[in-house]
Amino acid sequence: MASLFSDNEQPPTNSNSSSTVLVRKKKSLSASSPSSSRGNAASLPTRDGDSHPRWRSEKQQRIYSAKLIQALKQVRLSSSSSATTSSPTAHKRGKAVREAADRALAVSARGRTLWSRAILANRIKLKFRKQKRPRQTVIPAVTTVVTTGASSRGRKRRVSVVRLNKKSLPTVNRKVRSLGRLVPGCKKESVPVILEEATDYIQALEMQVRAMNSLVELLSGYSTPGSDSAPPPI
Amino acid sequence: MSSRRSRSSRQTGTSMISEDQINDLVVQLHRLLPELGNNNRRSGKVSASKVLQETCTYIRNLNKEVDDLSERLSQLLESTDSAQAALIRSLLM
Repeated sequence: MASLFSDNEQPPTNSNSSSTVLVRKKKSLSASSPSSSRGNAASLPTRDGDSHPRWRSEKQQRIYSAKLIQALKQVRLSSSSSATTSSPTAHKRGKAVREAADRALAVSARGRTLWSRAILANRIKLKFRKQKRPRQTVIPAVTTVVTTGASSRGRKRRVSVVRLNKKSLPTVNRKVRSLGRLVPGCKKESVPVILEEATDYIQALEMQVRAMNSLVELLSGYSTPGSDSAPPPI
Repeated sequence: MSSRRSRSSRQTGTSMISEDQINDLVVQLHRLLPELGNNNRRSGKVSASKVLQETCTYIRNLNKEVDDLSERLSQLLESTDSAQAALIRSLLM
């Protein structure tokens, strides 16, 4: 794993092609286990068969942590090398860290989701963001359809969604729109796309929180002298 | 997941998204959400708008948490300069 540091990854400030090169390079670096992260899902109890198990596997967390550390190292290098004329406030540094973490997260997604592509594209194409999505589905005017408890998969609990009839559709639509504004890159997507992206985004965010938490714990364990030398169990 | 996509692609002739699909997605979303105060037996039905509302709140909370964590991380990174290299090396080996 020491090879992670010997290779100098170029920062993703170049064109889009280099970012994909970056992804490929990182893929080969973390090729300790060549199987995809999905294959590791069986090792950890997943919540659902439906939700993506990849964000909850140990392997994925390790991959993400390694990428995060690298990205953070670049942040530190860039912030220290650039002559900080304007004193960098804590917010600016925090924002830089957040962006680096998001980028690492987006790269870990391997470009299969809208939000990850949007995060990476945001970073690269600062001004012109033209994203053509291959699927363009339109929400029809839905007539009154009552759905009772039929759609439950019933792993843990049987939950079904109450009727989405004509009366509540505008409300639901509005909320889905506001949800789409929260998820990066989904402002103008259709309802099922937004819902799908949101499920993936939530799981990715949870993993990000877990990884950063453990990193903070480790760092604070090292920075305070006199504390136990062994890092706290993650 | 692929079955869902193939289902919608088969219907792109009329570009109709069925209610079932949306319901499935909402149910899936609901399963991700942290269940607060619903530990007792729920009625088994959940309203879509409520799920969406909770989702928005949850995403905002997660975002805020990540922001706070990154602030802390940035402070820690600034303070620990020499220990940084040793830490990273120990982390990755």
